[in-house]
Amino acid sequence: MPIQSRQADLRTRLQDLIPKIVLAPSLAVVLIFVYGFIAFTVYLSMTDSKMLPSFDFIGLENFGRLFALPAWNTALVNLVIFATLYIAICTVIGLGLAILLDQKIRGEGVLRPIYLYPMALSFIVTGTAWKWFLDPGLGLENTMHLWGWTSFEFNWIKDRNMAIYTLVLAAVWQTSGFVMAMFLAGLRGIDNEILKAAQIDGASNVALYRRIVIPMLRPAFLSAFVILFHMAIKSYDLVIALTGGGPGRATELPATFMYSYTFTRNSMGIGAASAVIMLMTVAAIMIPYLYSELGAKKE
Amino acid sequence: MSAVSQDTAVKTSRVAQVFIYLTLVLFALFYLLPLYVMLTNSLKPLSEITGGDMMSLPRALTFEPWLSAWATAQVGVSPTGLRPYFLNSILMVVPAVAISTVMGALNGYILTKWRFRGDTLLFGLMLFSCFIPFQIVLIPMARMLGLMGIAGTTQGLVLVHVVYGIGFSTLYFRNYYASFPTELVRAAMIDGAGFFRIFWRIMLPVSGPIAVVTIIWQFTNIWNDFLFGASFAGLNAMPMTVALNNLVNSSTGVREYNVHFAGAIMAALPTLLVYIVAGRFFVRGLMAGSVKG
Repeated sequence: MPIQSRQADLRTRLQDLIPKIVLAPSLAVVLIFVYGFIAFTVYLSMTDSKMLPSFDFIGLENFGRLFALPAWNTALVNLVIFATLYIAICTVIGLGLAILLDQKIRGEGVLRPIYLYPMALSFIVTGTAWKWFLDPGLGLENTMHLWGWTSFEFNWIKDRNMAIYTLVLAAVWQTSGFVMAMFLAGLRGIDNEILKAAQIDGASNVALYRRIVIPMLRPAFLSAFVILFHMAIKSYDLVIALTGGGPGRATELPATFMYSYTFTRNSMGIGAASAVIMLMTVAAIMIPYLYSELGAKKE
Repeated sequence: MSAVSQDTAVKTSRVAQVFIYLTLVLFALFYLLPLYVMLTNSLKPLSEITGGDMMSLPRALTFEPWLSAWATAQVGVSPTGLRPYFLNSILMVVPAVAISTVMGALNGYILTKWRFRGDTLLFGLMLFSCFIPFQIVLIPMARMLGLMGIAGTTQGLVLVHVVYGIGFSTLYFRNYYASFPTELVRAAMIDGAGFFRIFWRIMLPVSGPIAVVTIIWQFTNIWNDFLFGASFAGLNAMPMTVALNNLVNSSTGVREYNVHFAGAIMAALPTLLVYIVAGRFFVRGLMAGSVKG
């Protein structure tokens, strides 16, 4: 009897341990490969690493040099232009399409997947398609000329001042349908009784959306913003496939800057510093957002 | 009356109706246009592309570009077509998706049904890892893969994708299991069922929908990844996206646009197929990743 109860005791102790044992590998992986690696890169950003990591500490020197580099400043300005337009246009198109689709449309089941399928594609595929479409000698411009509109001009992708907008165009094409789906889900969650009551009070359709519906979509706006913001900062594949950062350096973004300084220009210290800046930018938005989401869930 | 969720209180006039349909169809054309251009031009001989306009249907239909893209086109230095890289991607995606999904399911189960002090913080740490710009881990990861002796291999890429996929798969399963009645799990515990028995007999049988969402999400992300493939795959484990980029941007010889398009569609086909077959779940997956409940 005492042996049995001791066995039972051991069993429950073991049972209590099992969840922690099962969780341990994931925890270890996240701690090492995410947070350990972040610490490592932060450390590298304060060393004079060139082609290979070095451990000679030089303080914040790399950050000073980074912000003195014209290429980095170009990348930052490009990111601001790209992110602002990308987020704004995706939100406008997404919300607009969601509202229109929500008007008891026939064929919604056909339209929705058409709007959404680009999200399933790789940015490399998107870039390949748009690069060709935007090429003045092959794509849209050439086609318009062949159709008889000979004065038509659309050569943004070859134009240093306009090329950044081609990135916006292709990125919006890829993601706006997904933003539409987020808003549509938000719209479908709104109680119709509220809208009916407002109509009885004589509210017009425009007023109905502006005063009632759009304010109620706040969570969807917030989620869309957060998702689009972090996608904008991470944008790398699309630049590589669409413009390769060119013409010249006209479409360089922080993500492509980091890659080329680290792996092809042998300035790993500078590359690491740029990665740290990227992480800090994302963290500034994501940490408060996740904190509020997880905090709210506790109740 | 249609279904309640479809019912809208807003009433629109005839003119507005026309405007709405027109706008919706125009946008549908905008989204379909690149796919149409790729598909039609992948079936044209090269002369027809460079001489003609991109919108016309092929006059001389040919499947040559597809065969070339698959088996003989120059990718990088070798004329292998995309076939070996397609296989690389499959060999990378299948284990990476399987492992990260199983780990996500177990983590979600523990974080909701075997709660302990600090579990929310732990989950927060995992969640934040979904959103980091991966540039921050590229340098140490390259070193780590070298130290482990799996640099430039498919195993190495599987490891990378599992590591950075756990966050999302845990998120999905945790949110799903959170709404599953904990009383049932408690009752099973009192009856003497252990950790794995409860997972196997009670949790797994109800996990179908969220497993589908997670698998689709992970499959799409890992198949479409370019950054990790370009950084860590080397020449032998190169995935489809990197090979496609090499094919399109190889500067030697004549640019065979029709072959590029055929290759691009090949690279898109697996995720598109998944999307067509299980698109509804895909949407739900995207939503779950953003609008957390």
